[in-house]
Amino acid sequence: MSRALALIARAAIWLSLAAVVLIFPDELSFATAIVVMALFALSLDLLLGYAGIISMGHAVFFGIGAYAAGWLALAGWQEPLSALFLAALAAALAALAIGPLLLRFTGLPLIMVTFVLGVILYEAANKATAITGGDNGLTGFGFAPLFGVFRWSVFNRVEYLYALAFLCAAYHLTRRIVASPFGLALEGIRENATRMMLVGAPVRKHLLRVYVLSAFLAGLAGALGTVTTRFVSLSVFSINSSIDVVVMLVLGGVASLHGPIIGAAVYMIVHHLAAQWNPYHWMFVIGALLLLVVRIGRGGIVGIIAALAKRDRDAARSHAR
Amino acid sequence: MNSILSALVFVLLYGVSYGVVLFTISVGLVLTLGLMRVINLAHGAFAAIGGYLAVALMNEAGVPFAAAVAIAVAATAAISVVVERLFYVDLYRASDLDQVLMTVGLMFLTTASLNLLFGPDIIPGDLPPYLARSVDLGIRAFQAYRIFVVMLGMVLILGLWLLFERTEFGARLRAAVDNRGMAEAMGIDVGRLFTIAFVLGSALAALGGAVGYPLFPLEPLYPFKYLTLVLIVVSLADFGNIKASAVAAILVGIVDTGGRYLFPVSGSFLVNALFILVMMHRTGLLRVRIA
Repeated sequence: MSRALALIARAAIWLSLAAVVLIFPDELSFATAIVVMALFALSLDLLLGYAGIISMGHAVFFGIGAYAAGWLALAGWQEPLSALFLAALAAALAALAIGPLLLRFTGLPLIMVTFVLGVILYEAANKATAITGGDNGLTGFGFAPLFGVFRWSVFNRVEYLYALAFLCAAYHLTRRIVASPFGLALEGIRENATRMMLVGAPVRKHLLRVYVLSAFLAGLAGALGTVTTRFVSLSVFSINSSIDVVVMLVLGGVASLHGPIIGAAVYMIVHHLAAQWNPYHWMFVIGALLLLVVRIGRGGIVGIIAALAKRDRDAARSHAR
Repeated sequence: MNSILSALVFVLLYGVSYGVVLFTISVGLVLTLGLMRVINLAHGAFAAIGGYLAVALMNEAGVPFAAAVAIAVAATAAISVVVERLFYVDLYRASDLDQVLMTVGLMFLTTASLNLLFGPDIIPGDLPPYLARSVDLGIRAFQAYRIFVVMLGMVLILGLWLLFERTEFGARLRAAVDNRGMAEAMGIDVGRLFTIAFVLGSALAALGGAVGYPLFPLEPLYPFKYLTLVLIVVSLADFGNIKASAVAAILVGIVDTGGRYLFPVSGSFLVNALFILVMMHRTGLLRVRIA
């Protein structure tokens, strides 16, 4: 496929995603939630898929972004673009603060430490009811109209397109990043950190940089959730959201930028359809999905599609011969 | 003065009893991490299965406490053999991510199954009268159960120490932890050691779950709920270091109990503070080897 064709195809996909506003006008609040989770999963893909840092506590940054946006709105800063940016920045700063410490760990210890830190922050947020609202979360705030024109409403049209625009921007930013020399260095570190160190790559610095970037995007996702729902729930910090986002990512496909978006959509839709179930029964589905991904579908949904496409191509080629 | 002493003994006894149960639940994970480099996040599931089985045997079938615990441990060990053969064998060489995904998946399946079989609520279990009664230790009266747990823990720690330090099996195991390739070259069947260690760890977890249900209440989310504490113990101790994990577990037990005793509202946070401190020290604190 030529470059121009690929560009047109990509533009068509994003436009058709925008057309959801017209096709499913009644499902826009749910669609917005999917977009938010897709951005969150994309942020984790940058960290886990490309840099190989397995974080079991990524909700920390999602939660910081969500709460920062809520606090800003409650304090009177209700301009939706700058508030979003500031909230994401808060998450990035948090990553900059704990990153140097955390990234000294690798492999299994890193997984355990990120998990425990996630739990600790959730407990702290749960106890600090004065600033987090505890189980009630944050409510009673709103945001100014987008560009001073487009009002937020229960129809969620503005919300959806606003969130989608940020997902689109983040997707293209991430594309740029992973294709850059920095992105290639990250993949090198993922494959063999020692060798990268030996060829003179600043491994620690690269890892910290991608950690902060990923936290920025995760914070952006959290803040998007706050702006579009005008509500912050304590569950943004929960270890469940950390695990959910990992499941979405691996379900869609790790280290492929479509993976997190497709994974988030599939996961959220299946969950939505199963909403009337007992939440414990839903765990059978997640558990089975995880085992399946490990056992067969290594590349997740994207990997399976790619494998099928390759088989078709090979078949067509041998047929032509 | 007397009240301070009595409070101190209370925190010590309750903390140590909590700590030894935690040790029993965690030690298997320390083993699998050290020996197989597998992060078995689902380890707590075996404790939950052991606990549920023991309490179900007591409540439903009227089996006496000691027999129920023994049957539950044996049954969980049998289950763990199957699970190891089915799921873990391929995992030893898998990537970290695959290990996390697989074991988290197993954890979800366990929780969903426990809910399906036993319902979503905490399962209450009564202690037998000889453990429920209180014993006067001179300073104040304590529940016999706590003293029983501490003694059981001491016996276990001593037994494990003897097993690892004084038997040929222990020597093989330590050799495999230190240098797998060399151990294999010496003719040690590391694969079989893995299975034995896995089953031993699961059986110990089941024992912890079965004996410890008054301290670690049984509910479907058990494997998730206590994972943090278990991981804190494992992080404080060195991987594969049994002695350090015993010290770490008892330390966590005492700090947690003391914290809750002194600050009923925010006391549980003391353990987290301890963890963060140690983490900042890198694997500091317990690097002062107890050996």
